Amino acid sequence: MAWTVFFILSFLCIGSVAAMILSRNQAHNALFLVLSFSSLGGLFGLLDAPFAAAVQVLVYAGAIMVLFLFAIMMFNLRGELPVRVKKARLALTAGLGMFLLAELFLAGRKLVLGGAGVAPAAGGDTARLGHFLFSDYLYAFEITSLLILAALVGALALAGRKEGA
Amino acid sequence: MIPPSAFFAVAVVLFVLGVLAFFVKKDLLTQFMSVEVMLNAGNLAFLALAKSLGKAEGQVIVLFVITVAAAEAVIGLAIIVLVFRQRKTIQTDELKDLKG
Repeated sequence: MAWTVFFILSFLCIGSVAAMILSRNQAHNALFLVLSFSSLGGLFGLLDAPFAAAVQVLVYAGAIMVLFLFAIMMFNLRGELPVRVKKARLALTAGLGMFLLAELFLAGRKLVLGGAGVAPAAGGDTARLGHFLFSDYLYAFEITSLLILAALVGALALAGRKEGA
Repeated sequence: MIPPSAFFAVAVVLFVLGVLAFFVKKDLLTQFMSVEVMLNAGNLAFLALAKSLGKAEGQVIVLFVITVAAAEAVIGLAIIVLVFRQRKTIQTDELKDLKG
Protein backbone atom coordinates (compact mmCIF):
# COMPACT_ATOMS: atom_id res chain seq x y z
CA MET A 1 0.00 0.00 0.00
CA ALA A 2 2.67 2.46 1.07
CA TRP A 3 4.76 1.47 -1.96
CA THR A 4 1.85 2.12 -4.29
CA VAL A 5 1.34 5.59 -2.85
CA PHE A 6 5.06 6.21 -3.00
CA PHE A 7 5.28 5.24 -6.65
CA ILE A 8 2.25 7.28 -7.66
CA LEU A 9 3.48 10.37 -5.80
CA SER A 10 7.05 10.17 -7.01
CA PHE A 11 5.88 9.54 -10.57
CA LEU A 12 3.63 12.62 -10.38
CA CYS A 13 6.40 14.67 -8.85
CA ILE A 14 9.14 13.74 -11.33
CA GLY A 15 6.77 13.57 -14.29
CA SER A 16 5.45 17.06 -13.79
CA VAL A 17 8.96 18.48 -13.50
CA ALA A 18 9.81 16.69 -16.76
CA ALA A 19 6.65 18.16 -18.29
CA MET A 20 7.80 21.57 -17.10
CA ILE A 21 11.03 21.10 -19.03
CA LEU A 22 9.16 20.09 -22.18
CA SER A 23 6.42 22.70 -22.04
CA ARG A 24 6.95 26.20 -23.41
CA ASN A 25 4.05 27.98 -21.74
CA GLN A 26 5.11 29.69 -18.53
CA ALA A 27 1.68 29.50 -16.91
CA HIS A 28 1.57 25.76 -17.63
CA ASN A 29 5.05 25.46 -16.15
CA ALA A 30 3.87 27.08 -12.92
CA LEU A 31 0.83 24.79 -12.74
CA PHE A 32 3.01 21.72 -13.36
CA LEU A 33 5.17 22.90 -10.52
CA VAL A 34 2.13 23.22 -8.24
CA LEU A 35 1.30 19.58 -9.01
CA SER A 36 4.89 18.55 -8.40
CA PHE A 37 5.11 20.35 -5.05
CA SER A 38 1.75 19.02 -3.89
CA SER A 39 2.79 15.43 -4.56
CA LEU A 40 6.09 16.19 -2.88
CA GLY A 41 4.03 17.19 0.14
CA GLY A 42 2.50 13.72 0.03
CA LEU A 43 5.99 12.22 0.00
CA PHE A 44 6.84 14.33 3.06
CA GLY A 45 3.78 12.82 4.74
CA LEU A 46 5.06 9.32 3.91
CA LEU A 47 8.30 10.26 5.68
CA ASP A 48 6.39 10.85 8.96
CA ALA A 49 6.70 14.63 8.66
CA PRO A 50 3.05 15.79 8.68
CA PHE A 51 3.92 19.36 9.60
CA ALA A 52 6.45 19.71 6.81
CA ALA A 53 3.88 18.22 4.45
CA ALA A 54 1.26 20.77 5.47
CA VAL A 55 3.73 23.64 5.16
CA GLN A 56 4.85 22.34 1.78
CA VAL A 57 1.31 22.35 0.41
CA LEU A 58 0.24 25.63 2.03
CA VAL A 59 3.37 27.73 1.56
CA TYR A 60 5.05 26.22 -1.48
CA ALA A 61 2.23 24.92 -3.64
CA GLY A 62 -0.07 27.63 -2.34
CA ALA A 63 1.64 30.92 -1.62
CA ILE A 64 4.91 30.82 -3.56
CA MET A 65 3.46 29.38 -6.74
CA VAL A 66 0.56 31.83 -6.68
CA LEU A 67 3.19 34.56 -6.50
CA PHE A 68 4.81 33.06 -9.60
CA LEU A 69 1.47 32.98 -11.38
CA PHE A 70 0.87 36.63 -10.53
CA ALA A 71 4.26 37.51 -11.99
CA ILE A 72 3.54 35.47 -15.12
CA MET A 73 0.27 37.27 -15.61
CA MET A 74 2.16 40.56 -15.55
CA PHE A 75 4.40 39.36 -18.38
CA ASN A 76 2.51 37.65 -21.15
CA LEU A 77 -0.59 39.45 -22.21
CA ARG A 78 -1.81 37.13 -24.92
CA GLY A 79 -5.02 37.59 -26.86
CA GLU A 80 -8.40 36.33 -25.71
CA LEU A 81 -9.08 32.62 -25.93
CA PRO A 82 -11.55 31.39 -28.55
CA VAL A 83 -15.09 31.06 -27.21
CA ARG A 84 -15.31 27.28 -27.56
CA VAL A 85 -12.17 26.67 -25.54
CA LYS A 86 -13.50 29.10 -22.96
CA LYS A 87 -16.75 27.14 -22.64
CA ALA A 88 -14.95 23.81 -22.31
CA ARG A 89 -12.74 25.28 -19.62
CA LEU A 90 -15.73 26.73 -17.84
CA ALA A 91 -17.40 23.31 -17.75
CA LEU A 92 -14.21 21.68 -16.53
CA THR A 93 -13.76 24.31 -13.84
CA ALA A 94 -17.35 23.95 -12.69
CA GLY A 95 -17.00 20.17 -12.53
CA LEU A 96 -13.83 20.36 -10.50
CA GLY A 97 -15.40 22.93 -8.21
CA MET A 98 -18.40 20.69 -7.57
CA PHE A 99 -16.06 17.77 -6.90
CA LEU A 100 -14.13 19.82 -4.35
CA LEU A 101 -17.35 21.00 -2.74
CA ALA A 102 -18.62 17.42 -2.40
CA GLU A 103 -15.28 16.36 -0.96
CA LEU A 104 -15.29 19.17 1.60
CA PHE A 105 -18.91 18.44 2.45
CA LEU A 106 -18.15 14.77 3.13
CA ALA A 107 -15.14 15.64 5.26
CA GLY A 108 -17.06 18.31 7.17
CA ARG A 109 -20.02 16.02 7.77
CA LYS A 110 -17.80 13.38 9.29
CA LEU A 111 -16.19 15.99 11.48
CA VAL A 112 -19.52 17.42 12.71
CA LEU A 113 -21.25 14.09 13.27
CA GLY A 114 -18.24 12.73 15.07
CA GLY A 115 -17.62 9.16 14.01
CA ALA A 116 -14.54 8.18 12.09
CA GLY A 117 -13.45 11.65 11.01
CA VAL A 118 -9.93 12.68 10.26
CA ALA A 119 -7.73 11.14 12.90
CA PRO A 120 -5.75 13.81 14.74
CA ALA A 121 -2.13 13.58 13.74
CA ALA A 122 0.23 12.32 16.38
CA GLY A 123 0.80 15.64 18.13
CA GLY A 124 4.08 14.57 19.68
CA ASP A 125 6.02 15.11 16.52
CA THR A 126 4.85 18.65 15.86
CA ALA A 127 5.24 19.53 19.52
CA ARG A 128 8.83 18.28 19.41
CA LEU A 129 9.40 20.40 16.31
CA GLY A 130 8.11 23.50 18.10
CA HIS A 131 10.33 22.74 21.05
CA PHE A 132 13.36 22.57 18.77
CA LEU A 133 12.40 25.82 17.04
CA PHE A 134 12.16 27.75 20.28
CA SER A 135 15.13 26.27 22.11
CA ASP A 136 18.04 24.93 20.05
CA TYR A 137 17.23 26.92 16.93
CA LEU A 138 15.95 30.10 18.56
CA TYR A 139 18.59 32.36 17.02
CA ALA A 140 18.07 30.89 13.56
CA PHE A 141 14.33 31.35 14.01
CA GLU A 142 14.69 35.02 14.94
CA ILE A 143 17.13 35.64 12.11
CA THR A 144 14.59 34.10 9.74
CA SER A 145 12.00 36.63 10.84
CA LEU A 146 14.50 39.41 10.14
CA LEU A 147 15.18 37.86 6.74
CA ILE A 148 11.50 37.93 5.86
CA LEU A 149 11.26 41.56 6.91
CA ALA A 150 14.30 42.37 4.77
CA ALA A 151 12.77 40.52 1.82
CA LEU A 152 9.54 42.48 2.24
CA VAL A 153 11.30 45.84 2.31
CA GLY A 154 13.59 44.80 -0.54
CA ALA A 155 10.73 43.71 -2.76
CA LEU A 156 8.92 46.99 -2.12
CA ALA A 157 12.06 48.99 -2.84
CA LEU A 158 12.68 47.08 -6.08
CA ALA A 159 9.27 46.64 -7.62
CA GLY A 160 7.50 49.62 -6.10
CA ARG A 161 9.84 52.05 -7.81
CA LYS A 162 8.30 54.23 -10.49
CA GLU A 163 9.68 53.95 -13.97
CA GLY A 164 12.53 56.34 -14.62
CA ALA A 165 12.84 57.35 -10.99
CA MET B 1 8.09 0.05 5.01
CA ILE B 2 9.74 2.16 2.38
CA PRO B 3 13.50 2.54 2.94
CA PRO B 4 14.78 6.14 3.03
CA SER B 5 17.09 5.33 0.15
CA ALA B 6 14.07 5.23 -2.15
CA PHE B 7 13.21 8.80 -1.15
CA PHE B 8 16.85 9.67 -1.65
CA ALA B 9 16.69 8.36 -5.20
CA VAL B 10 13.64 10.55 -5.89
CA ALA B 11 15.45 13.54 -4.41
CA VAL B 12 18.49 12.94 -6.63
CA VAL B 13 16.36 12.62 -9.76
CA LEU B 14 14.46 15.77 -8.82
CA PHE B 15 17.66 17.73 -8.24
CA VAL B 16 19.18 16.62 -11.53
CA LEU B 17 15.97 17.55 -13.36
CA GLY B 18 16.11 20.96 -11.69
CA VAL B 19 19.69 21.53 -12.84
CA LEU B 20 18.77 20.34 -16.32
CA ALA B 21 15.78 22.66 -16.48
CA PHE B 22 17.91 25.57 -15.33
CA PHE B 23 20.31 25.14 -18.21
CA VAL B 24 17.83 24.10 -20.88
CA LYS B 25 15.22 26.78 -20.34
CA LYS B 26 15.67 30.21 -21.82
CA ASP B 27 13.38 32.45 -19.80
CA LEU B 28 14.16 33.85 -16.37
CA LEU B 29 10.87 32.75 -14.79
CA THR B 30 11.20 29.08 -15.64
CA GLN B 31 14.83 29.10 -14.62
CA PHE B 32 13.75 30.55 -11.31
CA MET B 33 11.15 27.80 -10.98
CA SER B 34 13.81 25.17 -11.53
CA VAL B 35 15.77 26.68 -8.64
CA GLU B 36 12.71 26.01 -6.53
CA VAL B 37 12.69 22.41 -7.75
CA MET B 38 16.29 22.03 -6.60
CA LEU B 39 15.43 23.47 -3.18
CA ASN B 40 12.60 20.99 -2.87
CA ALA B 41 14.86 18.10 -3.78
CA GLY B 42 17.12 19.24 -0.95
CA ASN B 43 14.15 19.30 1.41
CA LEU B 44 13.22 15.75 0.47
CA ALA B 45 16.77 14.60 1.12
CA PHE B 46 16.75 16.33 4.52
CA LEU B 47 13.51 14.63 5.50
CA ALA B 48 14.73 11.23 4.29
CA LEU B 49 17.86 11.64 6.41
CA ALA B 50 15.81 12.81 9.40
CA LYS B 51 13.75 9.67 9.10
CA SER B 52 16.67 7.29 8.70
CA LEU B 53 18.60 8.83 11.60
CA GLY B 54 15.49 9.16 13.74
CA LYS B 55 16.11 12.83 14.46
CA ALA B 56 13.67 15.74 14.21
CA GLU B 57 16.35 18.29 13.36
CA GLY B 58 15.98 17.53 9.68
CA GLN B 59 12.40 18.74 9.79
CA VAL B 60 13.49 21.99 11.46
CA ILE B 61 15.96 22.58 8.64
CA VAL B 62 13.20 21.98 6.11
CA LEU B 63 11.12 24.70 7.74
CA PHE B 64 14.03 27.12 7.46
CA VAL B 65 14.64 26.18 3.84
CA ILE B 66 11.00 26.83 2.99
CA THR B 67 11.11 30.23 4.72
CA VAL B 68 14.29 31.24 2.92
CA ALA B 69 12.81 30.02 -0.35
CA ALA B 70 9.78 32.22 0.19
CA ALA B 71 11.97 35.27 0.81
CA GLU B 72 14.11 34.39 -2.20
CA ALA B 73 11.04 33.99 -4.41
CA VAL B 74 9.77 37.44 -3.45
CA ILE B 75 13.08 39.17 -4.19
CA GLY B 76 13.74 37.17 -7.33
CA LEU B 77 10.34 37.88 -8.79
CA ALA B 78 10.69 41.56 -7.96
CA ILE B 79 14.00 41.61 -9.85
CA ILE B 80 12.48 39.79 -12.82
CA VAL B 81 9.57 42.25 -12.91
CA LEU B 82 12.10 45.07 -12.87
CA VAL B 83 14.09 43.52 -15.72
CA PHE B 84 10.91 43.08 -17.71
CA ARG B 85 9.90 46.70 -17.13
CA GLN B 86 13.23 48.03 -18.35
CA ARG B 87 13.98 45.64 -21.21
CA LYS B 88 10.47 44.40 -22.18
CA THR B 89 11.78 40.84 -22.26
CA ILE B 90 12.76 38.08 -19.86
CA GLN B 91 14.39 35.81 -22.43
CA THR B 92 17.95 35.24 -21.31
CA ASP B 93 19.16 35.12 -24.92
CA GLU B 94 18.25 38.77 -25.33
CA LEU B 95 19.73 39.92 -22.02
CA LYS B 96 23.40 39.79 -22.90
CA ASP B 97 24.67 43.30 -22.34
CA LEU B 98 27.25 42.09 -19.85
CA LYS B 99 28.76 39.73 -22.39
CA GLY B 100 32.39 40.64 -22.99
